[in-house]
Amino acid sequence: MALDQSFVGRSYPPTDPYEVGREKIREFAVAVGDANPVYTDPEAAKAYGHSDVIAPPTFVFAITFKAAGEVVQDPQLGLDYTRVVHGDQKFAYSRPVRAGDRLSVTSTIEAVKSLAGNDIIDVRGEVHDETGEHVVTAWTKLVSRAPEEA
Amino acid sequence: MAAQIKYADVEVGTELPAASFPVTRASLVQYAGASGDFNPIHWNEKFAKEVGLPDVIAHGMFTMAEAIRVVTDWVGDPGAVVEYGVRFTKPVVVPNDEQGGLIEVTAKVAAKLDDNRVRVDLTAMSAGQKVLGMSRAVVALA
Repeated sequence: MALDQSFVGRSYPPTDPYEVGREKIREFAVAVGDANPVYTDPEAAKAYGHSDVIAPPTFVFAITFKAAGEVVQDPQLGLDYTRVVHGDQKFAYSRPVRAGDRLSVTSTIEAVKSLAGNDIIDVRGEVHDETGEHVVTAWTKLVSRAPEEA
Repeated sequence: MAAQIKYADVEVGTELPAASFPVTRASLVQYAGASGDFNPIHWNEKFAKEVGLPDVIAHGMFTMAEAIRVVTDWVGDPGAVVEYGVRFTKPVVVPNDEQGGLIEVTAKVAAKLDDNRVRVDLTAMSAGQKVLGMSRAVVALA
């Protein structure tokens, strides 16, 4: 199914702030098996010059993907979400995400295309803190795989 | 940022300590909860096969989180990671047994950049297949 090209370039209003909690960071670090104390011990984080525990580099994806999800699951776009796999992912950080941050995401659809029956969408999420400071930009490519021939 | 590795001490080709990361069905359930990604291809074998996958596969973001540990363990401060990007080339298949799958990660310094930054290229393999492509991080060293 061809995707609606009119979505290219669309930007969405910033999401409501997501407050980053120390225990959520801990839960994530445990789930990926990462024992670096900078994720769980404020003193260890301070030793590296951070004001509180920081989050692992990919933690912020949970926030940007939720924001992107509201876009890519729009029925008007026509993406078969049951066949979606993650194509590419990239982050560029101005600073690490840390406990206490209140982050909001502004999503923009950068590209919508079909290649060999696969539908592909690129979404950029700009993440800012409560003061408006840029924290990280996330680029996500999602691919809805073509159905196999019967 | 407070990296433990000095820019002057690395050169193009410097290898980072390699690491292997096991991944079981239990890991994926735990990661689903922590990340909020409950896509059934990561925990429901029947669903995964119905949509044409060989078996349950790991979240790409789980693999991405494991691979960067080779960099953050090397540099000490994960806040030194300035950029990180990957392409998910092959899925990490996670069989329903106690062993599960294994993600094997190697990395080396690919370029020395301005401002004490280096580009690190990562390779992640599972079951003999390259599961991440174009996997690169830019890191600010001391």
